[in-house]
Amino acid sequence: MAKLRNFKIWRGDSDSGDLVNYQTEIDEGMVVLDAIHRIQVESAQDMAVRWNCKAGKCGSCSIEINGVPKLACMTRMNDYGEEETISCRPMKSFPVLKDLVTDVSWNYRQNQRIEPFKPRPREQDGNHRMMQEDVDRVQEFRKCIECYLCQNTCHVLRDHQKNDEFVGPRFMIRLASLEMHPLDTADRIPKIREEYGSGMCNITKCCTVVCPEHIEITDNGIIPLKERVVDRYYDPILWLKRKLFGKKDQSK
Amino acid sequence: MAEILPRTIFLERQRSDTWWIEPVLVLLGLGAFIVYATWAAFQGDHYYTVSYLSPFYSPLIYVKSGVAGSAPLWHSLLGEWPSWWPSYLPASPAFLILMFPGLFRFTCYYYRGAYYKAFAATPPGCAVGAVPQKNYKGETFLLIFQNLHRYALYVAIIYLFILTADAVASFIYEGTLGFGVGTLVLLLNPVFLGLYTLGCHSLRHLVGGRKDCFSCAGSGPINGVYRKVSWMNRHHKLFAWVSLIWVGLSDAYVRLVSMGIITDWNTWGI
Repeated sequence: MAKLRNFKIWRGDSDSGDLVNYQTEIDEGMVVLDAIHRIQVESAQDMAVRWNCKAGKCGSCSIEINGVPKLACMTRMNDYGEEETISCRPMKSFPVLKDLVTDVSWNYRQNQRIEPFKPRPREQDGNHRMMQEDVDRVQEFRKCIECYLCQNTCHVLRDHQKNDEFVGPRFMIRLASLEMHPLDTADRIPKIREEYGSGMCNITKCCTVVCPEHIEITDNGIIPLKERVVDRYYDPILWLKRKLFGKKDQSK
Repeated sequence: MAEILPRTIFLERQRSDTWWIEPVLVLLGLGAFIVYATWAAFQGDHYYTVSYLSPFYSPLIYVKSGVAGSAPLWHSLLGEWPSWWPSYLPASPAFLILMFPGLFRFTCYYYRGAYYKAFAATPPGCAVGAVPQKNYKGETFLLIFQNLHRYALYVAIIYLFILTADAVASFIYEGTLGFGVGTLVLLLNPVFLGLYTLGCHSLRHLVGGRKDCFSCAGSGPINGVYRKVSWMNRHHKLFAWVSLIWVGLSDAYVRLVSMGIITDWNTWGI
Protein backbone atom coordinates (compact mmCIF):
# COMPACT_ATOMS: atom_id res chain seq x y z
CA MET A 1 0.00 0.00 0.00
CA ALA A 2 1.31 3.42 -0.94
CA LYS A 3 2.36 5.67 1.94
CA LEU A 4 2.80 9.43 2.01
CA ARG A 5 6.40 10.34 2.89
CA ASN A 6 8.12 13.63 3.66
CA PHE A 7 11.17 14.88 1.75
CA LYS A 8 13.47 17.86 2.03
CA ILE A 9 15.25 18.49 -1.26
CA TRP A 10 17.92 21.13 -1.76
CA ARG A 11 16.87 23.60 -4.45
CA GLY A 12 19.11 26.35 -5.74
CA ASP A 13 22.18 27.15 -7.79
CA SER A 14 25.80 28.17 -7.26
CA ASP A 15 24.74 31.46 -5.61
CA SER A 16 22.10 30.39 -3.13
CA GLY A 17 19.65 27.70 -2.23
CA ASP A 18 17.77 25.96 0.56
CA LEU A 19 15.92 22.80 1.48
CA VAL A 20 12.35 22.67 0.18
CA ASN A 21 9.67 20.41 1.66
CA TYR A 22 7.87 17.90 -0.56
CA GLN A 23 5.50 15.02 -0.02
CA THR A 24 4.87 12.05 -2.24
CA GLU A 25 3.46 8.54 -2.03
CA ILE A 26 5.94 5.68 -1.87
CA ASP A 27 5.16 2.23 -3.23
CA GLU A 28 6.83 -0.95 -2.20
CA GLY A 29 10.30 -1.43 -3.72
CA MET A 30 10.92 2.22 -4.55
CA VAL A 31 14.36 3.78 -4.28
CA VAL A 32 15.13 7.41 -3.46
CA LEU A 33 15.64 8.25 -7.14
CA ASP A 34 12.10 6.95 -7.87
CA ALA A 35 10.76 9.25 -5.20
CA ILE A 36 12.67 12.23 -6.64
CA HIS A 37 11.28 11.46 -10.09
CA ARG A 38 7.74 11.25 -8.69
CA ILE A 39 8.21 14.60 -6.94
CA GLN A 40 9.52 16.01 -10.24
CA VAL A 41 6.36 14.87 -12.03
CA GLU A 42 3.92 15.91 -9.32
CA SER A 43 5.23 19.18 -7.97
CA ALA A 44 8.70 20.24 -9.16
CA GLN A 45 9.04 19.87 -12.91
CA ASP A 46 12.03 22.21 -12.97
CA MET A 47 14.02 20.27 -10.36
CA ALA A 48 17.41 19.13 -11.70
CA VAL A 49 18.73 15.68 -10.90
CA ARG A 50 21.40 13.82 -12.85
CA TRP A 51 20.65 10.17 -13.56
CA ASN A 52 21.02 7.62 -16.28
CA CYS A 53 21.00 3.84 -15.81
CA LYS A 54 19.03 3.48 -12.56
CA ALA A 55 21.00 0.32 -11.92
CA GLY A 56 24.02 1.54 -9.96
CA LYS A 57 26.36 1.25 -12.91
CA CYS A 58 26.59 4.70 -14.50
CA GLY A 59 27.54 6.66 -11.37
CA SER A 60 25.37 9.64 -12.27
CA CYS A 61 22.94 10.00 -9.38
CA SER A 62 25.42 10.64 -6.56
CA ILE A 63 23.84 12.83 -3.88
CA GLU A 64 23.82 13.07 -0.09
CA ILE A 65 20.83 11.32 1.44
CA ASN A 66 20.27 12.21 5.09
CA GLY A 67 23.84 13.49 5.04
CA VAL A 68 25.40 10.27 3.75
CA PRO A 69 26.91 10.25 0.24
CA LYS A 70 25.04 7.61 -1.79
CA LEU A 71 23.71 6.67 -5.19
CA ALA A 72 20.03 7.69 -5.21
CA CYS A 73 19.17 4.75 -7.47
CA MET A 74 20.62 2.17 -5.07
CA THR A 75 19.18 3.57 -1.85
CA ARG A 76 15.96 1.84 -0.95
CA MET A 77 13.19 3.81 0.72
CA ASN A 78 12.57 1.01 3.21
CA ASP A 79 16.08 1.55 4.59
CA TYR A 80 14.55 4.51 6.42
CA GLY A 81 11.88 4.65 9.11
CA GLU A 82 8.33 5.26 7.89
CA GLU A 83 8.08 8.56 9.77
CA GLU A 84 11.59 9.69 8.87
CA THR A 85 11.98 12.73 6.61
CA ILE A 86 14.41 12.03 3.79
CA SER A 87 16.78 14.87 2.99
CA CYS A 88 18.50 15.05 -0.41
CA ARG A 89 21.41 17.40 -0.98
CA PRO A 90 23.95 17.80 -3.78
CA MET A 91 27.48 16.49 -3.19
CA LYS A 92 29.19 18.95 -0.87
CA SER A 93 32.68 18.82 -2.38
CA PHE A 94 31.70 20.02 -5.83
CA PRO A 95 30.15 23.32 -7.02
CA VAL A 96 26.39 23.18 -7.50
CA LEU A 97 25.09 23.72 -11.02
CA LYS A 98 21.41 23.42 -10.16
CA ASP A 99 19.50 21.65 -7.37
CA LEU A 100 21.01 18.17 -6.98
CA VAL A 101 23.39 18.47 -9.94
CA THR A 102 27.03 19.35 -9.29
CA ASP A 103 29.96 20.21 -11.55
CA VAL A 104 32.37 17.29 -11.29
CA SER A 105 34.66 18.44 -14.10
CA TRP A 106 37.59 18.92 -11.67
CA ASN A 107 37.79 15.12 -11.59
CA TYR A 108 38.18 14.91 -15.37
CA ARG A 109 41.12 17.29 -15.15
CA GLN A 110 42.79 15.08 -12.54
CA ASN A 111 42.38 12.10 -14.83
CA GLN A 112 44.12 13.98 -17.63
CA ARG A 113 47.14 14.61 -15.39
CA ILE A 114 47.84 10.88 -15.02
CA GLU A 115 50.38 9.30 -17.34
CA PRO A 116 48.44 6.75 -19.40
CA PHE A 117 49.02 3.02 -19.78
CA LYS A 118 52.43 2.33 -21.34
CA PRO A 119 52.67 -1.37 -22.22
CA ARG A 120 55.90 -3.27 -22.76
CA PRO A 121 56.61 -4.36 -26.37
CA ARG A 122 54.44 -7.16 -27.76
CA GLU A 123 55.77 -10.70 -27.86
CA GLN A 124 57.17 -12.16 -31.09
CA ASP A 125 53.77 -13.43 -32.25
CA GLY A 126 52.36 -9.93 -31.87
CA ASN A 127 50.37 -10.63 -28.70
CA HIS A 128 50.43 -9.37 -25.15
CA ARG A 129 50.21 -12.17 -22.57
CA MET A 130 49.47 -11.96 -18.87
CA MET A 131 48.21 -14.47 -16.33
CA GLN A 132 44.88 -14.11 -14.54
CA GLU A 133 46.60 -14.19 -11.15
CA ASP A 134 48.57 -11.12 -12.20
CA VAL A 135 45.54 -9.07 -13.18
CA ASP A 136 43.23 -10.11 -10.31
CA ARG A 137 44.32 -7.09 -8.31
CA VAL A 138 43.83 -4.47 -11.01
CA GLN A 139 40.47 -5.90 -12.09
CA GLU A 140 39.00 -4.82 -8.76
CA PHE A 141 39.90 -1.21 -9.55
CA ARG A 142 38.31 -1.45 -13.00
CA LYS A 143 34.91 -1.83 -11.32
CA CYS A 144 34.95 1.91 -10.57
CA ILE A 145 31.88 3.63 -12.04
CA GLU A 146 33.23 7.14 -11.43
CA CYS A 147 30.35 8.22 -9.25
CA TYR A 148 32.85 10.39 -7.31
CA LEU A 149 31.24 9.57 -3.98
CA CYS A 150 34.73 8.78 -2.68
CA GLN A 151 36.05 12.13 -3.91
CA ASN A 152 33.09 13.84 -2.26
CA THR A 153 33.62 12.10 1.09
CA CYS A 154 37.41 12.35 1.29
CA HIS A 155 38.04 14.95 4.01
CA VAL A 156 41.26 16.09 2.33
CA LEU A 157 39.09 17.48 -0.48
CA ARG A 158 35.80 17.99 1.36
CA ASP A 159 37.02 19.74 4.52
CA HIS A 160 40.59 20.84 3.87
CA GLN A 161 40.05 21.59 0.17
CA LYS A 162 43.52 20.42 -0.80
CA ASN A 163 42.49 19.93 -4.41
CA ASP A 164 45.83 21.22 -5.61
CA GLU A 165 47.79 18.71 -3.54
CA PHE A 166 45.74 15.50 -3.66
CA VAL A 167 44.05 13.89 -6.65
CA GLY A 168 41.62 12.01 -4.39
CA PRO A 169 40.82 8.34 -3.85
CA ARG A 170 39.27 7.70 -7.25
CA PHE A 171 42.48 8.66 -9.00
CA MET A 172 44.67 6.93 -6.46
CA ILE A 173 43.00 3.67 -7.48
CA ARG A 174 43.37 4.58 -11.14
CA LEU A 175 47.08 5.09 -10.42
CA ALA A 176 47.14 1.77 -8.56
CA SER A 177 45.51 -0.01 -11.50
CA LEU A 178 48.22 1.33 -13.79
CA GLU A 179 51.17 0.90 -11.41
CA MET A 180 50.23 -2.71 -10.57
CA HIS A 181 49.47 -3.68 -14.15
CA PRO A 182 51.82 -6.49 -15.24
CA LEU A 183 52.27 -5.03 -18.74
CA ASP A 184 52.75 -1.41 -17.78
CA THR A 185 56.27 0.03 -17.84
CA ALA A 186 55.77 3.64 -16.77
CA ASP A 187 57.15 4.82 -13.43
CA ARG A 188 54.61 7.05 -11.70
CA ILE A 189 55.95 6.69 -8.13
CA PRO A 190 57.73 10.10 -8.01
CA LYS A 191 54.55 11.86 -9.14
CA ILE A 192 52.37 9.77 -6.80
CA ARG A 193 54.37 11.22 -3.92
CA GLU A 194 55.03 14.72 -5.13
CA GLU A 195 52.13 15.69 -7.38
CA TYR A 196 49.24 13.31 -6.70
CA GLY A 197 49.73 13.54 -2.92
CA SER A 198 49.76 9.99 -1.53
CA GLY A 199 51.00 11.41 1.78
CA MET A 200 47.90 13.60 2.14
CA CYS A 201 45.68 10.55 2.68
CA ASN A 202 45.45 9.64 6.36
CA ILE A 203 43.68 6.35 5.62
CA THR A 204 40.47 7.01 7.51
CA LYS A 205 38.76 4.83 4.90
CA CYS A 206 35.68 6.99 4.28
CA CYS A 207 36.22 6.52 0.54
CA THR A 208 35.97 2.75 0.99
CA VAL A 209 32.87 3.07 3.16
CA VAL A 210 30.88 5.01 0.55
CA CYS A 211 32.03 3.09 -2.56
CA PRO A 212 28.92 1.54 -4.17
CA GLU A 213 31.10 -1.00 -5.98
CA HIS A 214 32.67 -2.10 -2.68
CA ILE A 215 36.18 -1.51 -3.98
CA GLU A 216 38.70 -1.72 -1.14
CA ILE A 217 40.11 1.65 -2.14
CA THR A 218 42.27 2.17 0.93
CA ASP A 219 43.54 -1.35 1.67
CA ASN A 220 44.07 -2.50 -1.90
CA GLY A 221 44.79 0.78 -3.68
CA ILE A 222 46.08 3.65 -1.57
CA ILE A 223 48.07 1.77 1.07
CA PRO A 224 49.94 -0.38 -1.50
CA LEU A 225 50.85 2.85 -3.32
CA LYS A 226 52.01 4.41 -0.06
CA GLU A 227 54.18 1.35 0.54
CA ARG A 228 55.72 1.69 -2.93
CA VAL A 229 56.49 5.31 -2.10
CA VAL A 230 58.13 4.11 1.14
CA ASP A 231 60.25 1.68 -0.92
CA ARG A 232 61.49 4.53 -3.07
CA TYR A 233 61.83 7.41 -0.60
CA TYR A 234 61.77 6.40 3.06
CA ASP A 235 63.22 2.91 3.56
CA PRO A 236 66.92 3.33 4.47
CA ILE A 237 67.81 -0.30 3.71
CA LEU A 238 66.30 -0.14 0.24
CA TRP A 239 68.03 3.20 -0.29
CA LEU A 240 71.36 1.52 0.52
CA LYS A 241 70.49 -1.41 -1.74
CA ARG A 242 69.81 0.97 -4.61
CA LYS A 243 73.10 2.75 -3.98
CA LEU A 244 74.99 -0.55 -4.04
CA PHE A 245 73.14 -2.43 -6.77
CA GLY A 246 71.40 0.34 -8.66
CA LYS A 247 67.96 -1.28 -9.00
CA LYS A 248 65.41 1.50 -8.82
CA ASP A 249 61.99 -0.12 -9.14
CA GLN A 250 61.05 -2.88 -6.68
CA SER A 251 57.90 -3.82 -8.58
CA LYS A 252 59.44 -5.44 -11.66
CA MET B 1 36.84 24.72 -7.37
CA ALA B 2 38.25 25.17 -3.87
CA GLU B 3 37.79 28.94 -3.92
CA ILE B 4 34.05 28.96 -4.44
CA LEU B 5 33.07 26.31 -1.93
CA PRO B 6 32.40 27.30 1.70
CA ARG B 7 34.86 26.09 4.34
CA THR B 8 33.69 23.24 6.52
CA ILE B 9 32.90 23.90 10.17
CA PHE B 10 34.04 21.39 12.81
CA LEU B 11 31.40 18.66 13.28
CA GLU B 12 29.27 20.16 10.50
CA ARG B 13 27.09 17.36 9.21
CA GLN B 14 23.71 16.46 7.83
CA ARG B 15 23.88 12.88 9.04
CA SER B 16 21.13 11.76 11.36
CA ASP B 17 22.47 8.25 11.99
CA THR B 18 24.71 7.02 14.80
CA TRP B 19 28.02 7.79 13.01
CA TRP B 20 29.63 8.74 16.34
CA ILE B 21 29.41 5.28 17.92
CA GLU B 22 32.53 3.87 16.26
CA PRO B 23 34.89 6.78 17.06
CA VAL B 24 33.59 6.87 20.64
CA LEU B 25 34.19 3.12 21.03
CA VAL B 26 37.70 3.52 19.60
CA LEU B 27 38.35 6.43 21.96
CA LEU B 28 37.18 4.45 24.97
CA GLY B 29 38.81 1.18 23.91
CA LEU B 30 42.22 2.58 23.02
CA GLY B 31 42.07 5.03 25.91
CA ALA B 32 41.31 2.24 28.41
CA PHE B 33 44.13 0.10 27.02
CA ILE B 34 46.67 2.92 27.15
CA VAL B 35 45.70 3.77 30.75
CA TYR B 36 45.82 0.11 31.86
CA ALA B 37 49.08 -0.69 30.03
CA THR B 38 50.77 2.42 31.45
CA TRP B 39 49.57 1.59 34.96
CA ALA B 40 50.67 -2.05 34.61
CA ALA B 41 54.09 -1.01 33.28
CA PHE B 42 54.61 1.33 36.25
CA GLN B 43 53.87 -1.40 38.81
CA GLY B 44 57.00 -3.50 38.23
CA ASP B 45 55.54 -6.36 40.31
CA HIS B 46 53.11 -9.29 40.05
CA TYR B 47 54.06 -10.05 36.46
CA TYR B 48 55.05 -13.68 37.05
CA THR B 49 53.27 -16.57 38.71
CA VAL B 50 53.30 -20.37 38.44
CA SER B 51 55.14 -20.59 35.09
CA TYR B 52 53.30 -17.68 33.49
CA LEU B 53 55.08 -14.49 32.42
CA SER B 54 52.93 -11.45 31.58
CA PRO B 55 53.32 -10.44 27.91
CA PHE B 56 53.77 -6.82 29.05
CA TYR B 57 57.06 -7.88 30.68
CA SER B 58 58.41 -10.20 28.00
CA PRO B 59 61.23 -10.47 27.07
CA LEU B 60 62.62 -10.00 30.56
CA ILE B 61 65.89 -8.14 30.12
CA TYR B 62 66.56 -7.51 33.80
CA VAL B 63 64.85 -8.81 36.93
CA LYS B 64 64.72 -7.04 40.27
CA SER B 65 64.87 -9.79 42.85
CA GLY B 66 62.75 -9.70 45.97
CA VAL B 67 59.83 -7.86 44.35
CA ALA B 68 56.41 -9.47 44.89
CA GLY B 69 55.37 -11.49 41.88
CA SER B 70 58.69 -11.07 40.07
CA ALA B 71 60.26 -13.73 37.87
CA PRO B 72 63.17 -15.90 39.05
CA LEU B 73 66.58 -14.52 38.13
CA TRP B 74 67.31 -17.30 35.62
CA HIS B 75 64.42 -16.00 33.54
CA SER B 76 66.17 -12.71 32.75
CA LEU B 77 68.40 -12.21 29.72
CA LEU B 78 70.96 -9.96 31.45
CA GLY B 79 70.51 -10.83 35.11
CA GLU B 80 69.89 -8.60 38.12
CA TRP B 81 68.35 -5.11 37.77
CA PRO B 82 71.15 -2.61 36.87
CA SER B 83 72.43 -0.07 39.37
CA TRP B 84 72.57 2.65 36.69
CA TRP B 85 68.78 2.72 36.35
CA PRO B 86 67.56 6.22 37.34
CA SER B 87 65.98 6.22 40.78
CA TYR B 88 63.12 8.47 39.66
CA LEU B 89 61.87 5.74 37.33
CA PRO B 90 60.20 2.64 38.74
CA ALA B 91 62.33 -0.50 38.37
CA SER B 92 59.93 -2.14 35.97
CA PRO B 93 61.09 -4.55 33.24
CA ALA B 94 58.09 -3.42 31.15
CA PHE B 95 59.71 -0.01 30.60
CA LEU B 96 62.47 -1.60 28.57
CA ILE B 97 60.31 -3.45 26.09
CA LEU B 98 56.77 -2.12 25.91
CA MET B 99 57.59 0.74 23.55
CA PHE B 100 58.31 -1.60 20.62
CA PRO B 101 54.92 -3.34 20.29
CA GLY B 102 53.43 0.05 21.16
CA LEU B 103 55.20 1.59 18.20
CA PHE B 104 53.98 -1.20 15.92
CA ARG B 105 50.38 -0.48 16.86
CA PHE B 106 50.88 3.29 16.77
CA THR B 107 52.14 3.21 13.19
CA CYS B 108 49.71 0.45 12.06
CA TYR B 109 47.59 1.50 9.10
CA TYR B 110 44.36 0.38 10.78
CA TYR B 111 45.05 2.15 14.07
CA ARG B 112 46.21 5.28 12.28
CA GLY B 113 42.89 5.64 10.52
CA ALA B 114 41.04 4.82 13.74
CA TYR B 115 42.85 7.24 16.05
CA TYR B 116 43.00 10.06 13.50
CA LYS B 117 39.21 9.87 13.64
CA ALA B 118 38.69 9.21 17.35
CA PHE B 119 41.48 11.29 18.90
CA ALA B 120 42.30 13.96 16.28
CA ALA B 121 38.89 14.31 14.60
CA THR B 122 40.41 14.52 11.12
CA PRO B 123 37.63 13.75 10.38
CA PRO B 124 35.57 12.56 13.38
CA GLY B 125 33.32 10.60 11.00
CA CYS B 126 32.70 10.21 7.30
CA ALA B 127 30.99 13.33 5.88
CA VAL B 128 31.33 14.99 9.30
CA GLY B 129 33.31 18.25 9.48
CA ALA B 130 36.97 17.77 10.45
CA VAL B 131 38.89 19.93 12.90
CA PRO B 132 39.79 23.01 10.84
CA GLN B 133 43.51 23.26 10.05
CA LYS B 134 45.15 26.21 8.38
CA ASN B 135 47.36 24.00 6.32
CA TYR B 136 46.49 20.32 6.52
CA LYS B 137 49.59 18.24 5.72
CA GLY B 138 48.32 14.69 6.16
CA GLU B 139 51.24 12.34 6.66
CA THR B 140 53.73 14.48 4.78
CA PHE B 141 55.14 16.61 7.61
CA LEU B 142 55.12 15.79 11.34
CA LEU B 143 53.63 12.37 10.71
CA ILE B 144 56.16 11.40 8.05
CA PHE B 145 57.70 8.86 10.46
CA GLN B 146 54.58 6.70 9.94
CA ASN B 147 56.30 5.62 6.74
CA LEU B 148 58.69 3.49 8.77
CA HIS B 149 55.93 1.15 9.96
CA ARG B 150 57.73 -1.81 8.35
CA TYR B 151 60.63 -1.44 10.81
CA ALA B 152 58.20 -1.67 13.73
CA LEU B 153 56.85 -4.78 11.99
CA TYR B 154 60.28 -6.42 11.98
CA VAL B 155 60.53 -5.98 15.75
CA ALA B 156 56.93 -7.16 16.24
CA ILE B 157 57.76 -10.40 14.42
CA ILE B 158 60.64 -11.02 16.85
CA TYR B 159 58.18 -10.50 19.72
CA LEU B 160 55.91 -13.15 18.21
CA PHE B 161 58.68 -15.72 18.61
CA ILE B 162 59.41 -14.57 22.16
CA LEU B 163 55.76 -14.74 23.24
CA THR B 164 55.39 -18.15 21.60
CA ALA B 165 58.41 -19.34 23.61
CA ASP B 166 56.73 -17.95 26.78
CA ALA B 167 53.56 -19.88 25.94
CA VAL B 168 55.55 -23.11 25.46
CA ALA B 169 57.47 -22.49 28.69
CA SER B 170 54.19 -22.07 30.55
CA PHE B 171 53.59 -25.84 30.14
CA ILE B 172 56.45 -26.59 32.52
CA TYR B 173 56.33 -25.78 36.24
CA GLU B 174 59.36 -26.79 38.31
CA GLY B 175 60.31 -29.44 35.78
CA THR B 176 56.83 -30.97 35.57
CA LEU B 177 54.82 -30.93 32.37
CA GLY B 178 51.24 -29.76 32.83
CA PHE B 179 48.86 -26.98 31.96
CA GLY B 180 46.45 -24.53 33.48
CA VAL B 181 44.05 -21.80 32.50
CA GLY B 182 47.05 -19.48 32.36
CA THR B 183 48.70 -21.76 29.79
CA LEU B 184 45.66 -21.40 27.56
CA VAL B 185 45.64 -17.64 28.07
CA LEU B 186 49.32 -17.35 27.14
CA LEU B 187 48.93 -19.78 24.23
CA LEU B 188 46.10 -17.80 22.62
CA ASN B 189 48.08 -14.58 23.01
CA PRO B 190 50.68 -15.24 20.25
CA VAL B 191 47.95 -16.79 18.10
CA PHE B 192 45.90 -13.59 18.13
CA LEU B 193 49.01 -11.42 17.89
CA GLY B 194 50.19 -13.54 14.97
CA LEU B 195 46.90 -13.13 13.11
CA TYR B 196 47.20 -9.38 13.63
CA THR B 197 50.93 -9.00 12.91
CA LEU B 198 50.99 -11.28 9.86
CA GLY B 199 48.05 -9.40 8.34
CA CYS B 200 50.03 -6.14 8.41
CA HIS B 201 49.74 -3.98 5.28
CA SER B 202 53.52 -3.53 5.16
CA LEU B 203 54.08 -7.28 5.34
CA ARG B 204 51.54 -7.76 2.57
CA HIS B 205 53.57 -5.37 0.47
CA LEU B 206 56.88 -7.01 1.31
CA VAL B 207 55.77 -10.60 0.62
CA GLY B 208 54.36 -9.84 -2.81
CA GLY B 209 52.31 -6.67 -3.03
CA ARG B 210 55.33 -4.76 -4.31
CA LYS B 211 55.49 -7.02 -7.40
CA ASP B 212 53.45 -6.33 -10.53
CA CYS B 213 53.79 -9.89 -11.78
CA PHE B 214 53.27 -12.93 -9.56
CA SER B 215 53.68 -15.49 -12.33
CA CYS B 216 56.92 -14.08 -13.74
CA ALA B 217 60.22 -15.88 -13.45
CA GLY B 218 61.85 -15.34 -10.08
CA SER B 219 58.62 -14.62 -8.26
CA GLY B 220 58.37 -18.25 -7.08
CA PRO B 221 55.66 -19.01 -4.52
CA ILE B 222 54.95 -15.40 -3.57
CA ASN B 223 51.37 -15.55 -4.78
CA GLY B 224 50.44 -18.21 -2.20
CA VAL B 225 52.06 -16.30 0.67
CA TYR B 226 50.58 -13.04 -0.59
CA ARG B 227 47.09 -14.54 -0.63
CA LYS B 228 47.41 -15.86 2.92
CA VAL B 229 48.68 -12.53 4.22
CA SER B 230 45.90 -10.80 2.24
CA TRP B 231 43.28 -12.98 3.98
CA MET B 232 44.57 -11.90 7.37
CA ASN B 233 44.81 -8.33 6.11
CA ARG B 234 41.11 -8.34 5.21
CA HIS B 235 40.38 -9.01 8.90
CA HIS B 236 43.09 -6.69 10.20
CA LYS B 237 40.70 -4.54 12.20
CA LEU B 238 39.15 -7.56 13.93
CA PHE B 239 42.52 -9.12 14.76
CA ALA B 240 43.87 -5.74 15.89
CA TRP B 241 41.17 -5.48 18.53
CA VAL B 242 41.09 -9.14 19.57
CA SER B 243 44.86 -9.21 20.03
CA LEU B 244 44.87 -5.87 21.88
CA ILE B 245 42.18 -6.98 24.30
CA TRP B 246 43.75 -10.42 24.79
CA VAL B 247 47.23 -9.11 25.53
CA GLY B 248 45.73 -6.80 28.16
CA LEU B 249 43.66 -9.64 29.63
CA SER B 250 46.75 -11.87 29.70
CA ASP B 251 48.60 -9.35 31.85
CA ALA B 252 45.54 -8.89 34.06
CA TYR B 253 45.18 -12.67 34.50
CA VAL B 254 48.82 -13.18 35.51
CA ARG B 255 48.62 -10.16 37.82
CA LEU B 256 45.44 -11.31 39.56
CA VAL B 257 46.75 -14.87 40.04
CA SER B 258 50.06 -13.54 41.32
CA MET B 259 48.27 -11.26 43.78
CA GLY B 260 46.16 -14.18 45.00
CA ILE B 261 42.91 -12.51 43.98
CA ILE B 262 41.96 -15.36 41.66
CA THR B 263 43.14 -18.99 41.57
CA ASP B 264 44.60 -20.57 38.48
CA TRP B 265 43.07 -23.98 37.70
CA ASN B 266 45.97 -26.19 36.69
CA THR B 267 47.27 -29.76 36.71
CA TRP B 268 50.08 -28.92 39.12
CA GLY B 269 47.64 -28.52 42.00
CA ILE B 270 48.93 -25.11 43.12
